[in-house]
Amino acid sequence: MSHLPVDPAVSEGRVPDRKPEEVPELHEVDCPPEMQERIEELMSRYPDRRSASIPALWEVQRRYGWCTAEGIRQAAAVMRVTPAYLESIASFYDLLHTEPVATHKVAVCTNISCWMRGGDELLDAFRAAAEGEDVYVTGFECLGACDIAPMASIDERYFGPLETADAATAVEQLAAGQEVLPEKALERRPLPGGADA
Amino acid sequence: MPETRLLLKNAEDPALRSLEGYRGYGGYATLEKAYREMEAEEVLKELEDSGLRGRGGAGFSMGKKASFLPRGEMEKYLCCNADESEPGAFKDRELMQRNPHQLIEGIAIAALAADARHAFIFIRGEYDLQGDILDAAVAEAYEAGYLGKNILGSRRDLDLVVHRGAGAYICGEETALLDALEGKRGNPRLKPPFPAVQGLYGGPTLINNVETLSNVPHIIAHGAEWFKGFGTEQSPGTKVVSVSGCVRRPGNYEVELGIPTRELIYDLAGGPLEGREVKAFYPGGSSAPVLTAEEGLDLPYSFEAMADAGSMLGSGSIIVADDSVSIPHMALRTARFYHHESCGKCTPCREGTNWTVKMLERVVRGEATPMDLDIVASVQENIIGHCLCVLGDSMAMPVGAMVRKFRGEFEEAIAAAEEASRIAAVQGAPETLGAST
Ligand SMILES: Cc1cc2nc3c(=O)[nH]c(=O)nc-3n(C[C@H](O)[C@H](O)[C@H](O)COP(=O)(O)O)c2cc1C
Ligand code: SF4
Ligand code: FES
Repeated sequence: MSHLPVDPAVSEGRVPDRKPEEVPELHEVDCPPEMQERIEELMSRYPDRRSASIPALWEVQRRYGWCTAEGIRQAAAVMRVTPAYLESIASFYDLLHTEPVATHKVAVCTNISCWMRGGDELLDAFRAAAEGEDVYVTGFECLGACDIAPMASIDERYFGPLETADAATAVEQLAAGQEVLPEKALERRPLPGGADA
Repeated sequence: MPETRLLLKNAEDPALRSLEGYRGYGGYATLEKAYREMEAEEVLKELEDSGLRGRGGAGFSMGKKASFLPRGEMEKYLCCNADESEPGAFKDRELMQRNPHQLIEGIAIAALAADARHAFIFIRGEYDLQGDILDAAVAEAYEAGYLGKNILGSRRDLDLVVHRGAGAYICGEETALLDALEGKRGNPRLKPPFPAVQGLYGGPTLINNVETLSNVPHIIAHGAEWFKGFGTEQSPGTKVVSVSGCVRRPGNYEVELGIPTRELIYDLAGGPLEGREVKAFYPGGSSAPVLTAEEGLDLPYSFEAMADAGSMLGSGSIIVADDSVSIPHMALRTARFYHHESCGKCTPCREGTNWTVKMLERVVRGEATPMDLDIVASVQENIIGHCLCVLGDSMAMPVGAMVRKFRGEFEEAIAAAEEASRIAAVQGAPETLGAST
């Protein structure tokens, strides 16, 4: 193909000035050995290694707090895919952060059942309480716990039904490294209908 | 009317979570029977005869779907759909949290019927606690020889992987789930081919909901006839129903399909709050067209009765709105959810959800005219049946129903918001009614 005459009007300035992105080599990325081992173990669970892309990004996020460009390159090198591929996955999913976030994460549900029972006010209360603290607060779609509406997921555990005053308590407890709202934890809640009849 | 607990039996006992506790209640005896004494065809026939219908939304016969998988040497797969992200649904969470081994046993038996050697549980990433519980239970089941190579000397293998999603409602749609599981962005695929023929990694794949699969050990243990003794002819079995919204005792209640809806809302969930009345409800999650109290309360809670009433049983989740709830605002919440979760692959859904949100925002701000309500209605009609997956319809059906059934309330809302913003403008106060964030 290369010796065919080329019309300069078509080609000039249109030749990409960068090579297509390549899969980074492991020695270029300085991947922490435990993370490499973990991602390799994840890949081995699936018939196709690419299936481990979400789990691998979870690992990156666990290690760095969010999906950093460096972390993504490291995971990409282990998985033998391009960083852009993993970036495209990370940007699709709400729980994978492509920008820095605070240490603690609070997701307040504002969907139908929670909205009916004060979810918007609860979100406002959390936002106010988290002002200046190392706590990331976001509104969220239905978290699958409408039975404890209005509710929030705090560092990946569910709590509800919450009063607006609980927001300040929870943020204080997070800051002090204490157990958060123990009596409101979903895990401790009995079935609404009680034990078997 | 008490509950009829099959799947939630003994669920109040925290020991049920462990393999030992589960076995104490007779758990895994059915897996042993199936792997030691039954042929795949027998298991499949029992499931088909039971009439068990899918509990994830569409209500399709589970046994029939399993029978669509081709036979032969190719690799086949089983995926358990534990994405549970439809507003109003929280039953799978309860089942996984309280009785993870029941699900694992169901998956192992269904894998026998489908001749699958690889199984996956696709659980939404937000369910971190439940994911941890499943991880622990799966490890115990491997340890005990109920999963892995040569299960109970049957020369059959089964690998089971718990795969956590990362927050996208669309991954609950079965073909999007497959893409997500293959490590891609979760966009739905064009059907056909259906997953039963060409699914995960291109192989035949059986996809079922958590609750559907949790029924399997019971059916194989006691037989199809026993199972059909519960529920109605067209909706056999029990259903774990998530009741939420404006009721006194929101939560999961397991009942025989076909009981009066009123009993679920009033007797079990305690009815509306003090001084309130039920105005309307979604009978099957936020995708189900809302029913007014008059239309819906006395219907039997079954797949067929809800379909006859122009709605659906869906995932079996009731969201109750009382007379204090503004239907236009409820429509806006509903539309916003689907707009946020639309994957953007096809135009009627991507643009239709966007337009619907904008129009409904104008309604609640008082910037719309009653004629705009006709436009909202016609947008919904143009979405239905024109999308690649059912997400578009899932917004259009409930929103369309709300505009149709509560037209007067929409018109009043427009007039009231208009009046309020006029007064605000006169007084120079900031506008406070804007619903857009
Ligand atoms: C947008 C969308 C979201 C869905 N979400 C779920 C879900 O979270 N869980 C589920 O079991 N089914 C969900 N479904 C239905 C699945 O596509 C599929 O029908 C179901 O998992 C089949 O299992 P079943 O036959 O046991 O019900 C969803 C469908 C659509 C269109
Ligand atoms: S209907 Fe919506 S969610 Fe489904 S494929 Fe089309 S754009 Fe995506
Ligand atoms: S609406 Fe808030 S958890 Fe479902």
